[in-house]
Amino acid sequence: MLLTLLIITFVSSAVVGFVYSLTEKPIGEVKKKKIKASIEQVIPAFDTVTTFKVADDGDSLVFYSATKNGAAVGTAIETFDNNGFSGHISIMVGFLPDGTINGVAVLSQNETPGLGAKMSEKQKEGAKPAFTTQFLGKNPINFKLAVTKDGGNVDAITASTISSRAFCLAVQRAYDALKAHQAADMDYSQLVNAE
Amino acid sequence: MNFQNLTKGIFKENPTFVLMLGMCPTLATTTSAINGIGMGAATLAVLIMSNLAISLIAQYIPAKVRIPSYIVVIAAFVSMIDLLMQAYVPDLHATLGIFIPLIVVNCIVLGRAEAFASTNGALASALDGFSIGLGFTLSLGTIGAIRELLGSGAIFGQTLIETDGILIFVLAPGAFLVLGYLMVLFNMLKKKLA
Amino acid sequence: MFTVSPAPHAKGPLSTKRLMRDVIIALIPAFLVSLYMFGLSALFITLVSIASCVFFEWTIQKFVMKIPPAISDSSAILTGLLLAFNLPSNLPVWMVIMGSLVAIGVGKMSFGGLGNNIFNPALAGRVFLLISCPAAMTTWPKPLMTRDMWPWQIVDGVSGASADAFTGATPLVWMKMGNVSELNAMDMLVGKMGGSLGEISAVALLIGFAYLLVRQVITWHIPISILATVAVFTGILHVADPAHYASPVFHLLAGGLMLGAIFMATDYVTSPMHPKGMLVYGAGIGVITVVIRCFGSYPEGMSFAILIMNAVTPLINRYMKPKRFGAVAKAK
Repeated sequence: MLLTLLIITFVSSAVVGFVYSLTEKPIGEVKKKKIKASIEQVIPAFDTVTTFKVADDGDSLVFYSATKNGAAVGTAIETFDNNGFSGHISIMVGFLPDGTINGVAVLSQNETPGLGAKMSEKQKEGAKPAFTTQFLGKNPINFKLAVTKDGGNVDAITASTISSRAFCLAVQRAYDALKAHQAADMDYSQLVNAE
Repeated sequence: MNFQNLTKGIFKENPTFVLMLGMCPTLATTTSAINGIGMGAATLAVLIMSNLAISLIAQYIPAKVRIPSYIVVIAAFVSMIDLLMQAYVPDLHATLGIFIPLIVVNCIVLGRAEAFASTNGALASALDGFSIGLGFTLSLGTIGAIRELLGSGAIFGQTLIETDGILIFVLAPGAFLVLGYLMVLFNMLKKKLA
Repeated sequence: MFTVSPAPHAKGPLSTKRLMRDVIIALIPAFLVSLYMFGLSALFITLVSIASCVFFEWTIQKFVMKIPPAISDSSAILTGLLLAFNLPSNLPVWMVIMGSLVAIGVGKMSFGGLGNNIFNPALAGRVFLLISCPAAMTTWPKPLMTRDMWPWQIVDGVSGASADAFTGATPLVWMKMGNVSELNAMDMLVGKMGGSLGEISAVALLIGFAYLLVRQVITWHIPISILATVAVFTGILHVADPAHYASPVFHLLAGGLMLGAIFMATDYVTSPMHPKGMLVYGAGIGVITVVIRCFGSYPEGMSFAILIMNAVTPLINRYMKPKRFGAVAKAK
């Protein structure tokens, strides 16, 4: 009895181990590709990425600072806000070196389906502009990151002011962090160039 | 080898609408036709392999430890499928998420091992696994297709109507509604044939 | 001629017609207020809803269940009326029809028709629409501004750009956004606020409540226990953190609480039979409503709360049975 169990367990784990060794490499590549894809979604083409974290409001923002042939092409920032209709939302915002928003992608959110959840919708061809489209190419210097109801420049998602507000706050948080970081670290661009 | 073994899973012993097994993945993963079929196919693969393996080793396993033994065998196959999907169909794997590892505890798999594979030959058991798995795949595909069509106006990811859809069908309550009404149809059909 | 049966007799088919008629009469004040506030669109939505409920009831009974249609018991009319009362008056017409189909087909006929349904049919229809088309179901026309417009003329906010001019949020949505101060209790009392057709005027609904009590159609237990529970629960929250939680008065007047407590939760078929059970049921609805309103992801929780307690009703009935007339407790 004991022997049977032992043999079955041994053979099973051996087989699983073998499959694991086969798939280990492809899985790792898939994971790397995934992170790269979400960064690529929001900033222009790059070849190297430096990653670092900046603490903010009890949580942290993740900076992915990208360069191509030594020149800075932009920074993707994983940012968040806790004031969504259902709490936490997490988005990736890509800024060009001058602070212009190059791309936005929603990483995770629990907003009401059909209302706030529309923030994750990607632009479909021929359809009316998706919520995130209006941020592209705007620089927060002259584009106020607040819904029109609060005197800003962002058209809120229909019947979802709170979700839209949280989204704006998250983008603003990323922008502020970017500015603070650039101001505190003037050698930043040289540091990147040196690499 | 009779033909019955091959077709019973689709109608007479349909795991979803007749045996009512594996309800958890049925309700949770059928948000679209592709997801439903993907889940069904993963279960199908596990069923064939576990039925085959168990029918081969069943006679050497003492009755007292047969359930743990079967579970270990099934778990091994599920882990393999899980790893393979992660490596080669990562998108599907990401949407099905936790429900792939949970195939281990899917009643259908252990049920077929205990009820069929342990007392039948290798070929018959593999066929049984294929038949039941096919029935499961078709059921999940059907539920998924209906939910996708009503919920997002699309089928197999192809948008038919540009609309927001009737959202309830891509959410959990819609799964129960579709499953319930399909079961009604299934029973009506069965009554008529009998 | 004389059927001998144990109590309760209220479920018998003989009185159904009278009961339904009384409930419909009790809803008239609230309907008049909605006509005054929302005008044409309210009338239109109500007529569509009633017509499609009656149509679906007749069709399903005749062709699917193959029994003689029983439209004359008015229950389909009442379902249609209550469904319309739970919808914003600018809802697209096809959604109203879909809601009616779900209310009658899924909520009522799938369980075997009147008397067998577990859930309040009108609420089943409303919740189906709320989850399916949340944007349309949570954009309400502003009171008094849209009186001479058909529903499709009030830009429904789903596709239009100028929606903000005629549509707005309800007090409960404002509360979620954190500005309760804009609200005036007097406006909310008479019904000058955004909301579904029949839920806006607390006064009109209370008049209906009084009529139902006088005609002995319902007892006080369910409505009062709901309102009391909500008042106490929100009172505690308000005292603990007034900046965050609105006052009990606000909660009592806002949203579908009055409509739900008086007309939806008291549905005979889906609520407990014994007074003690009614109190438990009412308290449950009150607690769930406040929890959803204050902590949930939807602004209003009344319809969910009633449906959840509908599901618990058989259990309540099991433990709190109405004593049979003349029955004596068995000695143990």
